[in-house]
Amino acid sequence: MSTVTSDEIKREFLKSRIGMAGIVILAILVTISIVAALVIPVETFQQWNNPSSWISFPKTSIPVWVNLLPIEKIPEHKIINSPLTSQKTIQDVSVFTQQFDLNFGYDDFPNDFIYEFSASYSGAPLLQISVIRPDGITLQLLSSSLPKSEDVVIHDERIFSTDEVIRKKLFLQSENFAFPINNLSSEDIVFSKTTEHNVLKGDYTFLVSILGTNVENKIVDSNLIVGGKAFGIMGTDELRRDLAVGLLWGTPLALFIGIAVAIGSVSMGLVYGVYAGFKGKATDEAMMRFNDVIYALPALPFLIILAVTISNSIFLMIGFLMIFGWVGIAKVSRSMALQIKTKGYVEASKMMGQKNSKIIFRHILPQLLPYAFASIAISVPAAITTEAGLSFLGLGDPTFPTWGQILHDANVYGAAARGLWWWIVPPGVMIAITGLAFVFIGNALDAIVNPRLKRQ
Amino acid sequence: MALKRYVSTRLLTMFGVLMATLLLTIILVGSNMDTILKQGVVFQVRTEITENPAIAESFASVEEYEAFVQEQIDQRVKTLGLDTPWYSPQRIGLTMYKILVLDFGHATFLTSDSGSSDVKDILLEKLPRTILLFTTATIIISIIGIFLGALSGSKVGSKIDRLTSTFAVVSSSFPVWWIGMLMIFLFAFVYQIFPARATPSIAPSDPGYFLSLLYHMALPLITIVMIGFGSWAYLVRNFMVGIMQEDFIAAKKTMGINQKKIVYKHALKNAAPPIITILALSLSGSLGGAIITEAVFDWPGMGRLYFEAITVMDLPVIIGATYVLTVFFLVSIFLADLLYGYFDPRVRTGS
Repeated sequence: MSTVTSDEIKREFLKSRIGMAGIVILAILVTISIVAALVIPVETFQQWNNPSSWISFPKTSIPVWVNLLPIEKIPEHKIINSPLTSQKTIQDVSVFTQQFDLNFGYDDFPNDFIYEFSASYSGAPLLQISVIRPDGITLQLLSSSLPKSEDVVIHDERIFSTDEVIRKKLFLQSENFAFPINNLSSEDIVFSKTTEHNVLKGDYTFLVSILGTNVENKIVDSNLIVGGKAFGIMGTDELRRDLAVGLLWGTPLALFIGIAVAIGSVSMGLVYGVYAGFKGKATDEAMMRFNDVIYALPALPFLIILAVTISNSIFLMIGFLMIFGWVGIAKVSRSMALQIKTKGYVEASKMMGQKNSKIIFRHILPQLLPYAFASIAISVPAAITTEAGLSFLGLGDPTFPTWGQILHDANVYGAAARGLWWWIVPPGVMIAITGLAFVFIGNALDAIVNPRLKRQ
Repeated sequence: MALKRYVSTRLLTMFGVLMATLLLTIILVGSNMDTILKQGVVFQVRTEITENPAIAESFASVEEYEAFVQEQIDQRVKTLGLDTPWYSPQRIGLTMYKILVLDFGHATFLTSDSGSSDVKDILLEKLPRTILLFTTATIIISIIGIFLGALSGSKVGSKIDRLTSTFAVVSSSFPVWWIGMLMIFLFAFVYQIFPARATPSIAPSDPGYFLSLLYHMALPLITIVMIGFGSWAYLVRNFMVGIMQEDFIAAKKTMGINQKKIVYKHALKNAAPPIITILALSLSGSLGGAIITEAVFDWPGMGRLYFEAITVMDLPVIIGATYVLTVFFLVSIFLADLLYGYFDPRVRTGS
């Protein structure tokens, strides 16, 4: 083992192309982590496994950027939540109106449209919904009264385009269309040309009004959701979750798991191996036999049993991964310690009566540090893929959704056989890229620390 | 003599490891196992009594009947030795002995294809399929790996050498099971060449079953080979690079023996010991990885069995499968050690 100073390592590392490539990828990943933490609130991420918080998102929708490709434009899922509001009084009747503008320029009909609102009112006001189409035709969609109430109440409701009421109302206006509309769904009628059953592109205006005697009647909060087949930069999964959230938040998690496991197991192995090598004789023998036992344990089955019987908390999982990670490091650092032990200055400090712990920590361990850093970098990918594998089997910590868990869900819902590529490809690519970053850094460090390898 | 001693110490260590593994498994699943066994007894006693209405009719009151049932349960629990806690030395000893002689008991939920719930039957049915898939894959991987590795090792820095090294690093960063999902997407969804699920749809008794199994095996096999051969080639290449710098190779070169003969006959022969050692190790390693790979492809082997057993918490199956996997793992480590010892003259001569 040759001694390499930290300055030399730095200089050599800066010269190494793959090492720098690894650093660049790592920097990008760290940036993604910071962006994720800043842009996406932790609350959103913690709601990952709560289906009710994703209800207004579409199911298994393709990422929106596919519309940039020269293919048929897939309707995007739109959530419009800032309508123009107006309030006027005509002959003692107070009219509160909301106006939602929508530009619809896609080649396919939307899946559905949903109007969700909470209104504060008294009495039994009338709720009217109509749509002004690009061709100037106004279609009445709904006209029904809200539940009667003497006092001022807040009323929450979701109106779905699949409601029979809306369909019936549309059938009454079938004279606008040159073809029979009785077999079509509401959204297919609203967004259709009058001459033939094809999408009418252009600007639509949805008008929602509340008519009542009370001037105070108003809609407090409302959303118009036009259900599409494309949503977000990364699309959504079967449970309507925005995959971008999972992928972005998965980055800091993966880095944390990988680095924590690597640092933990390398330092454990280092201290264990150095101590065994330094003590020698029976201690060494006993410690190495124990090492052999752990080495011969089949890791994956045991990790599975540990996760099932003890806990699948991510912190415990990190601990379990460390148990299986330190063995190889211990073997190598033991043999290195055996060499360093015979050096003059170690023997000198021994003769001076320095404490064993002091010799180990002051004289032996610092010499192994370059090797330790290379080992940490090389151990990270294995930790990440093992955690991903366990999560893939459904043994992940549900409070911290990792990339492996996204892939687990994808597998459960048969994403591969259904062709939902945006659910499968990105998490795996992220796992691989993260692994590659550390492999690059590790290999570059290794080549500097172990000059023997340079020859190749 | 030294080799004999070497073998016997290794054997002893391996046996110790096996015992430690067993003990650890039992400690980890023991308390759950106990509850399941006791529930089994209660269920058994109750069904036996309800199947025989005469017993129930012979009691005057419900209390008396319940007391009788409880007594029966207690008696049964006692004869089975379940009254002592699971961590008592006798219980653990008995359990370990039973597992050692391959008596895993009966599965709680899972059954073999032929309907048997004996864990041994289930394992015996699944094991050959896992071996079929993973041994075939390992053999193909090592053949491709050795030739590609020898080729790039003999031409260091050439295009093929750099390509192999890059491929090795990149391919080993991808989880096999993820590539598996992609392969299913590509070859079962986009191009419908192979079935998406690797379990044959016809009954195992059918004469065409084996052929169907092979057809269903194609996709997982291709995936494992694709991900595996890169790092193999890289490994072989590194050994070859070392050997190609040795003096005897240089001597052979000056003697005018052609390059191909040197690489494939002389250099490869010298690189064989470590390669064979690693082959033995990787065979066992592949079995461990089988758990996830088989789950993706739905291959009806040990890995999927393990996965199913975890999902329904079928502890006898989990223990049995862990035991079998450990035994395989240990046997191959042992073989690797033995081969290493055989090839390494220092061990052979005992110095």
